[in-house]
Amino acid sequence: MIDRRRFLSHSIAGGATLAFAPQLAWARAETDRKLVVIVQRGAADGLATVIPAGDPQFASQRRIFAEEADAALPLDGMFRLHPALERLKTFYDGGEALFAHAVASPYRERSHFDGQNVLETGGAEPFELRDGWLNRLLTLLPGRDSRALALAVTVPLILRGDNRVGNYAPSVLPDANEDLLMRVGRLYDADPELHALWNAAMDTEARAGETAARRSNPASLGALAARLMTGADGARIVTIDTDGWDTHANQTGRLRRELTGLNAMIGALRDGLGDEWRDTLVVVATEFGRTVAPNGTGGTDHGTGSAAMLLGGTVVGGRVHADWPGLATAQLYEGRDLRPTLSMDALVAGAVAAHFGIEPQRAARVLFPDTNARPIEGLVRA
Amino acid sequence: MPNSVIAVNRFGLGGRPDDRLPGDPERWLLDQFARYDPVSAPIAAAPRHRDVMRYFGESTGEFLVESERIREINLAARDGEAMPAMDDRRAEMRRAMLRQGRDFHEAHIAARVASALTSTTPFIERLVHFWANHFAVSIDKRETLGYAGLLEFDAIRPHVLGRFEDMLLAVEQHPAMLLYLDQTTSIGPASEFGARLGNRPRRTLGLNENLAREVLELHTLGVDGGYDQTDVTEFARALTGWTVNGLMRQRYITRFLSPDAAPGSFAFAPELHEPGVRRIMGQSYDQADAAQARAVLRDLARHPSTARHLATKLARHFAGDEPPPALIDRLASAYRSIDGDLSAVYRALIASPEAWVEQPVKFKTPWEWQVSASRALGQDALPDTNVTRLFTQLGQPVWESGSPAGYDDLAGPWAVPDALVRRVERAGAMVRAAADGRDPRQLAEALFADRLSTATAQTIAQAESNGQGLALLLVSPEFQRR
Repeated sequence: MIDRRRFLSHSIAGGATLAFAPQLAWARAETDRKLVVIVQRGAADGLATVIPAGDPQFASQRRIFAEEADAALPLDGMFRLHPALERLKTFYDGGEALFAHAVASPYRERSHFDGQNVLETGGAEPFELRDGWLNRLLTLLPGRDSRALALAVTVPLILRGDNRVGNYAPSVLPDANEDLLMRVGRLYDADPELHALWNAAMDTEARAGETAARRSNPASLGALAARLMTGADGARIVTIDTDGWDTHANQTGRLRRELTGLNAMIGALRDGLGDEWRDTLVVVATEFGRTVAPNGTGGTDHGTGSAAMLLGGTVVGGRVHADWPGLATAQLYEGRDLRPTLSMDALVAGAVAAHFGIEPQRAARVLFPDTNARPIEGLVRA
Repeated sequence: MPNSVIAVNRFGLGGRPDDRLPGDPERWLLDQFARYDPVSAPIAAAPRHRDVMRYFGESTGEFLVESERIREINLAARDGEAMPAMDDRRAEMRRAMLRQGRDFHEAHIAARVASALTSTTPFIERLVHFWANHFAVSIDKRETLGYAGLLEFDAIRPHVLGRFEDMLLAVEQHPAMLLYLDQTTSIGPASEFGARLGNRPRRTLGLNENLAREVLELHTLGVDGGYDQTDVTEFARALTGWTVNGLMRQRYITRFLSPDAAPGSFAFAPELHEPGVRRIMGQSYDQADAAQARAVLRDLARHPSTARHLATKLARHFAGDEPPPALIDRLASAYRSIDGDLSAVYRALIASPEAWVEQPVKFKTPWEWQVSASRALGQDALPDTNVTRLFTQLGQPVWESGSPAGYDDLAGPWAVPDALVRRVERAGAMVRAAADGRDPRQLAEALFADRLSTATAQTIAQAESNGQGLALLLVSPEFQRR
């Protein structure tokens, strides 16, 4: 099987130098590095996002979806990017986007619930671990670098655990009036715990400012994330949930809408971060992929291999990283799904370790203790 | 030293404006045992097990008929290129079931809230919520949407004052738990059906260890309870064949079930059961059928590790995030001395000074806060049109913890900045909707008596209106903790 695969590491600048990434000193000091993890809940179709238009079986296997490749944005001889991701294409052209393909977590069945559990805990199987890998990452980071925030009403599993984290989301509850807020502040003056929480809350509210009032469209969520992250006391780690990716029916229109939102969110994040984008890594990941062939309702069903993205100023980008398994039926996983050839855990461990200057094996042991992931080096600049 | 404000707030669900603080706090708690009604009026009025299961049973039956029809069309048109699977009707059926499931779920949450708000046995009601979280199911797994509340109503409420063993057996045989932890499709590799699969194994079919693992880790022994992976696998084998009638869409399972059985009822399919003697935690089990796993559950309920695990969780709920070891020992030994009788454990708790310490020991969860705030305003139900969304906005959706471990019973996830702002926003909205001229100073005095701090009393007294005073009371330090 392996000899039939083609190893692809397309790069605008040429990928050959990656094998010689310099040895780094692993002493940790506080940095200005920032990490954003965007979870695509519902299993995003990687084949419609980073489109393998150059695969000889592409048209016959993707059938009704094949024509989507015509309008797509060319990345290299093999892959094209969904046309809604035009902003991400400019990142790619600027060497700030890396798309990984045929990626999967260790999970090999097809339940969203269990698949997201594995993606978020970093376990080898569902419910093996109780906390999220992003929370465990905090134990590896010094003081200031470990300030983490979920842009959600409740902290999602990926960031839950023993390390203290925050959360913030534009509220749909009616706003309390200014006078009440002021009086509550005074009421908490004599209570150290509530006083500290209240001050932190008012600080976040002030940062979120008008952005929060405009409610949660994707662009304002991206701008909000940027606002909460900028400056010396901004959050260093943020996680954002997106949903709507479970496209069992009428995939073309629904996916275009979701990807347009993702593109706008990340674009607004980048604009809001300004110069701090230089120190930022954005990881976009989903629990598993979708079937290669369309189903009977213009959609796709739960699959296995999918695509992931690394974006930002620290990414060694401008390339698609894939050990491409092929789309011919015999090459598919269980005759129906894109065969996973790249470990999500190895990708994440390698990228995050380099981004924060953590020794890669140590990062892998803490983030993914039971999956024997071998961190991929050279994805991100140290 | 037992104190009536502590009894009402820490053990109960918070006072109502027309309640008087109990004269004898311990007596007040103990008297609730005899008065408790497992089927309180709001729960009696909610969609009941029979109605919910009848709906899902019928819908699933129609879905299976439609699936069979599509399968036959597909078989007939098998030339590979044609795409004959007209799936629209099935998709519409799925959507209809989802909609109805959401409606049941919403009605069940509203009933749970109303039962908590109007209860005159709030200590026992609190214990129901405690055990429902101990045996958590979560509707983010769609299979449990519409059933999740029934687990609490059918399997927990009737047993909350009885023996743990009976609650455990009722929970593990309830359709919500069997579906939530994938027990319904677990197949013994050497079972009659498993052996047939042996020749042509299919990826997704086989032994599923979820329920076995969570029973050991979460429901009984606890994570350090002395079991290992072999015990998990052996227990999973003993559980094979346990499934549910009338609710499943997998033809490979449904063909072993009786089509006439009541939907949602517990089923045992001998064709899926792994034959043989099982060895779990040093004990052998040679029963041939569903009795095997039941015998395991009974032994697990009596295990000293279970006593300790449950005692620790109860102690944490009433004596603080870091429960005193002496209290845990006392509760565990009460559990063991009367064979898992939960009333005996609660009595030991009430008699323990560690549960009556003066300072508040717990930061309220969003559920506890909302329930106590509504009780303080004298509400009998939440006027909100969407209670599901309300608890999501407060940060703790009901029966949706996202994990079989339930919600943490620790301050960590709840004492966070954003949650505090939401409580203030919510308090502001509640008093706007329920402005009835009640004097906040009197209410504060009635609820907290001599436990009311000077700072809170003054802030309330200086409020610009009654409504603002009430809102300040609902978010005061006294109200955020118990």
